[in-house]
Amino acid sequence: MKKVNVEKNAAEFIYQDDIHVTEHDKNLWNARQKRDTAAAQIPEWEELRNLASAIKEHTLTHLDQYLEQFVTNAEKRGIKVHFANDAAEHNAIAYEILSSHRVKNIIKSKSMLQEECGMTPFLEEKGIGVLETDLGERIQQLSEQIPSHIVMPAIHQTKEDIAKLFAEKIGTDPNNTDPASLNTAMRNNARPKFLLADAGMTGGNFAIAETGTFVVCTNEGNADLTASLPPLHIASIGIEKILPKAEDLGVFIRILSRSALGTPATQYTSHFTGPREGAEMHIILTDNGRSKRLAMDEFWKSLKCIRCGACMNTCPVYRRSSGLAYGATYSGPIGIIIDPTFDAKKYSELPFHSSLCGSCSEVCPVHINIAEQIMDWRKVMMKNKEVDFSRRMAFKAVGVMLGHPKLFRAVEKVAYNAINILPEAITENKTLDPWAAHRKLPDVKKETFREWYIKNRKNNEQ
Amino acid sequence: MSSKEDFLQSIRAGLAKRTPTAYPYIPTFEQAGIDLKAVFEKNLKLAAVDFYDVSSVEEAQKIMQERLPDVKVVCSATDEWEGNKDIDAVEQPRDLDDVGLGVFRAELGVAEMGMIWVTEKSLKVNALGYLSQHLAVLLDPAEITENMHTAYQRPGLLDANYGCFVMGSSATADIGAVLVRGAQGAKSLTLFFLKTKDDETGK
Ligand code: SF4
Repeated sequence: MKKVNVEKNAAEFIYQDDIHVTEHDKNLWNARQKRDTAAAQIPEWEELRNLASAIKEHTLTHLDQYLEQFVTNAEKRGIKVHFANDAAEHNAIAYEILSSHRVKNIIKSKSMLQEECGMTPFLEEKGIGVLETDLGERIQQLSEQIPSHIVMPAIHQTKEDIAKLFAEKIGTDPNNTDPASLNTAMRNNARPKFLLADAGMTGGNFAIAETGTFVVCTNEGNADLTASLPPLHIASIGIEKILPKAEDLGVFIRILSRSALGTPATQYTSHFTGPREGAEMHIILTDNGRSKRLAMDEFWKSLKCIRCGACMNTCPVYRRSSGLAYGATYSGPIGIIIDPTFDAKKYSELPFHSSLCGSCSEVCPVHINIAEQIMDWRKVMMKNKEVDFSRRMAFKAVGVMLGHPKLFRAVEKVAYNAINILPEAITENKTLDPWAAHRKLPDVKKETFREWYIKNRKNNEQ
Repeated sequence: MSSKEDFLQSIRAGLAKRTPTAYPYIPTFEQAGIDLKAVFEKNLKLAAVDFYDVSSVEEAQKIMQERLPDVKVVCSATDEWEGNKDIDAVEQPRDLDDVGLGVFRAELGVAEMGMIWVTEKSLKVNALGYLSQHLAVLLDPAEITENMHTAYQRPGLLDANYGCFVMGSSATADIGAVLVRGAQGAKSLTLFFLKTKDDETGK
């Protein structure tokens, strides 16, 4: 696989015009601020984060038992459970179920796992029509792009971009950029297709061992349409989504959407414990590298992720470069950690696409040590010589001082000093830190990223 | 296609390097002396839900007629409220596509979130909650619980095949990060506080 050139991709986004990067940055920072406001209203917020982290760690370290319990209970309720070791198996199972029901068209709600498995192109190749029902996903489907953000898939596009797209694809007025009318146009375009679909596919945010229930969170109600209309519902669920008990959901529902968008919860929190009358329900439990990740000392805690997107919204590098720059299903800080577990060569540049400011770790609702893990990936990439010679030389010098990252603020100071003592030739090398290069390295020399970040935050708050 | 045993085996192999950690005690974070209905109403407002205290279904019907005078098809999943489309005669969920106003009685309200809980029992046909252009929902004010922790402690909550916490109408901010209501599901939700009739509670 060809290495993703994240620096080049980011530059393309940043330099396309003055509008996109500014809007993107503003919208995501807005979400981050709303998250802060929502969190501040809950006196037990920090306690909830600790609980969420502890529940996830407990579940992951007992995963075989809870998975077995989940399967037993789901089967008891009439759900058919399938097991997929990898993406290819996942897709083959999905196709097998669909073709045995002679399905021609499916509707689906957002599922990062199905995205990760490349399911849509696979099914389309086999002649099955796939319609994304989430508006953002639909926009991305029509744009022939992967989602750029796990919660806001089309956040890198402006309303003008979308007006142009809809004009081309569904015949709206290209000059009407009003989000409400664009939404209505798509609602009217999609509705008849929902009604005729032969099957619905969803993901799952949580799966409860004690009851065999899986939970899907959406704002649009599209997962509920997807599940309540066709006679067949297939859900793809990653093994890390398991929780022991229903009462665990109390903790997770309270933090998920507050962290993601700053709303108390998603508009719909849907619980599926069995097929509806006259319908069939299937679950494809999927590993796809997760059990291997579980064995990785530095990276297993990334399995705690609940895909809220808070680390992306807060990341100064992500906000400027957009999710598409990462060239992967998962972008932003969490993507940097997960993507190399799928392909260490292809994604070897990602761990360097970070300022290590540590803001991601500060907002993560399940206390994943994101910045630390990014640092660990850098070390792996250096050791495996996955990165260019010049970058390796530069980081060798920095690496000595970054060897024991206890506190990232401290590390940053060290890194900053390291940059100062490195030969000009290396500091001027754009590949040293692609994002910093675009921010001009001399700026970075005057202030650490954190200082810059705090200043930047003030600017944003004005 | 992997067998369950192979599948679990690779997880166990991954677990060999992990030390099991303990399951934490989860408090319910209840606050003393809180007015559940007042908190619920405050959060309903945030979720753009209009609500009314009514003493009869007729009163609620009158309010809905004033709010949505153009609605032609009313389909109700609760016997208390008579519509003009019989939900029991619906053969396929998609037959509900023409519903202007969907009506049902919610089973529970969550004060913290301004959410209501519905299941296949309250909806009869699940799609009623999502294909209807607008929703009118009845809720017994005695059925308000404080927060998500207390909600999930309700015995039998997940017994239904399908259950959903609904927080207002369908929404999206996928175009230009601007909030738009009425994305794919209902465009509005109106809530009526109305006690469950005595003869129904025994059901
Ligand atoms: S790593 Fe944490 S902050 Fe980022 S998406 Fe996952 S749960 Fe959210």
